[in-house]
Amino acid sequence: MTAEPPSVGWVAEALRVHEEQDRDEETRGGHRGSPQPLPGTVREELVLERIDRARRSRPRVREERITMSHGAGGKATQTLIEAIFLDGFRNPLLEPLEDAARLQVSGARLALTTDSYVVSPLFFPGGSIGDLAVNGTVNDLAVSGATPLFLSAGFILEEGFPVADLTRIVADMREAADAAGVQVVTGDTKVVEKGKADGCYINTAGVGAVEHDLDLGVASARPGDAIIVSGPIGDHGVTIMLARGELDIEADVISDTAPLNGLVAGLLSAAPGVRALRDATRGGVATILNEIAKAANVGVLVNENDIPVRPEVRGAAELLGIDPMYVACEGRLVAVVRRDQADQSLAALRAHPLGEQAAVIGHVTADPPGIVQLKTAFGGTRIVDLLVGDPLPRIC
Amino acid sequence: MRFVDEFRDADKAHALAAKITALCEPGRQYKIMEVCGGHTHTIYKHGLEDYLPEQITLVHGPGCPVCVIPMGRVDDAMALAAEPDVIMTSFGDMMRVPGSNGSFFDAKAQGTDIRMVYSPLDSLKIARKNPDKRVVFMAIGFETTAPSTAMTVLRAAAEGLDNFSIFCNHVTIVPAIKAILDSPDLRLDGFLGPGHVSTVIGCRPYEFIARDYGKPVVVAGFEPLDILQSIYMLMLQLSRGESTVENQYSRVVPWNGNTVALKAIGQTMELRPYFEWRGLGFISHSALKVREQYAKFDAELLFSVPGVRVADPKACQCGEVLKGVLKPWECKVFGTACTPETPIGTCMVSPEGACAAYYNYGRLTRTRVKEASQS
Repeated sequence: MTAEPPSVGWVAEALRVHEEQDRDEETRGGHRGSPQPLPGTVREELVLERIDRARRSRPRVREERITMSHGAGGKATQTLIEAIFLDGFRNPLLEPLEDAARLQVSGARLALTTDSYVVSPLFFPGGSIGDLAVNGTVNDLAVSGATPLFLSAGFILEEGFPVADLTRIVADMREAADAAGVQVVTGDTKVVEKGKADGCYINTAGVGAVEHDLDLGVASARPGDAIIVSGPIGDHGVTIMLARGELDIEADVISDTAPLNGLVAGLLSAAPGVRALRDATRGGVATILNEIAKAANVGVLVNENDIPVRPEVRGAAELLGIDPMYVACEGRLVAVVRRDQADQSLAALRAHPLGEQAAVIGHVTADPPGIVQLKTAFGGTRIVDLLVGDPLPRIC
Repeated sequence: MRFVDEFRDADKAHALAAKITALCEPGRQYKIMEVCGGHTHTIYKHGLEDYLPEQITLVHGPGCPVCVIPMGRVDDAMALAAEPDVIMTSFGDMMRVPGSNGSFFDAKAQGTDIRMVYSPLDSLKIARKNPDKRVVFMAIGFETTAPSTAMTVLRAAAEGLDNFSIFCNHVTIVPAIKAILDSPDLRLDGFLGPGHVSTVIGCRPYEFIARDYGKPVVVAGFEPLDILQSIYMLMLQLSRGESTVENQYSRVVPWNGNTVALKAIGQTMELRPYFEWRGLGFISHSALKVREQYAKFDAELLFSVPGVRVADPKACQCGEVLKGVLKPWECKVFGTACTPETPIGTCMVSPEGACAAYYNYGRLTRTRVKEASQS
């Protein structure tokens, strides 16, 4: 290796920043060197405050190269997006980092989104990359409060990829588009040499129309708001993991990939007090909750007992040592709803086949800002942080 | 879910917690070490400390396989991985452990062939599929994982595979516990014994702790109620002034261990005269290496391994955390320079590491917890 050792560089850098903060604290009359040692709880509180400050500091990509963590939807992905993409493209439409951008074009209000699909395997119980490519983009539009209308489809194919598989994928896309009421109206095809891609990657972009005056966004969450999930979580991620066949575990579980536009339309017309919607894909529900806490500078408190998880999914996750809260869904949303409309929102969701098992899982709190807390089924309380590392690459 | 929910019952937890509190002598502080990182993880993941009276402090021990690997061994592994035609295979936990030249993940991003496996047998599969490559398994862990490494070596030998070897970093728990007991920094009242390790070695190896050091040991399971019950059993011994070894995890742990597993380890591996532990330094007879009869599976002999001792970054206090002298948040760089995203020390890497567990789950003071439980 001739490159500068990556970790040595950032370890030195991290320590330098740390020492600067330390000095700052001292000059501000911090507690270091006070004559009396402070009691443990006070010292712990001070450390926690210092950590909160460190977490709010400007994100920086410290790695010299992209690692799998950058695609995992957790902390590294967020850092990458904020430090590189947001920094590079900065504009008011991009800045909210919602699932779709909301645009005004010649008087029309539109939503625009894009997503790429690299799932492995391409076919799995409950769907295929084709279903994901349509539903994922439809859902990004739906949770932005838009009615999805038109999609583009770009294919990157590997030399040698079976045409029969491509035909199957396209048929799945067509079926999913019909079910969601959208049309694929433009596209692109590229082929790369064998070994330069893994079979088939798809990118889709989508345009939708915004037909109401709601200003949905996670930054609008307020203390007291209810937090709702539309159904059991983690189905898709666990399905993919098991479909890869590397684990020798079998379970009766299928992907939840589905278009959410019908479900969202019903919810929005029944409960105008919806403040934010997100579909819980990579990084799972835990990631969404953290996004709410961060964007609105509020706390989020959820009850483990209230979070719907299928027994099969719980069992597989338990065996694999992963938390269903972080496992991807492809047909579930998280809603932040004004407290007084929680019941009617829940009723509206449950009236739709995709929302039959919707549940209120917790609420927004004023304190501690930026932190998601979980009351565990066991009766304790703990933090739910953004995921670090990548337990499951190429989930969608 | 059966076999899980029964061990996470909040009502039973409340009842046990009340019994534990009743056993606390007024004015006495209790320090109990959970030896195993799996216990640390459970304690934080389920918020178990919320049930304990403030008189009881849980001290996190050295039983986290990834945490105790010293920087020099990580560098050795990286050197192995960089050898021509080598495919390095490793458990996922190990992928993010920083050496002085970055982690496996960093090396992988630069094109080194490093693959994550769930079992050493997966490494064997890779070796069979790639006869023109040399597959190395990064073997880490206590007596819990050593048997599966041993069985893999035996299988490779039976199959006559000549492109598979292990880089053996297996360690044994008892010398580490003894090092902690002999350390002047810490006064402990008792131990939660490591459940998984004990499925292999049984409970007898801990008898010296009770006999020679007068500290009670309860071998504990990994569900939250297991741990709470084990704390209760320890408190009961302490209240009676007793010190014996008890087995709370009897549904899994046989008193005499697993003789088949022990035999497989003995057949393929032997104790090293000494081994470096991160933070604890060199401990004699505390680790395993491949026996001479199986030398053709020993990566340390097949390849030239630098074998250089590398000091931890000065600011890193993993050693003090591993010994239980410091709580994770008392480390100077905890949560600021050292986070799960950019770990400086090993305790922040593994989910079983005390720092990672505290950072990811426990970053709450008792006041915050109280507020949450009232809302």
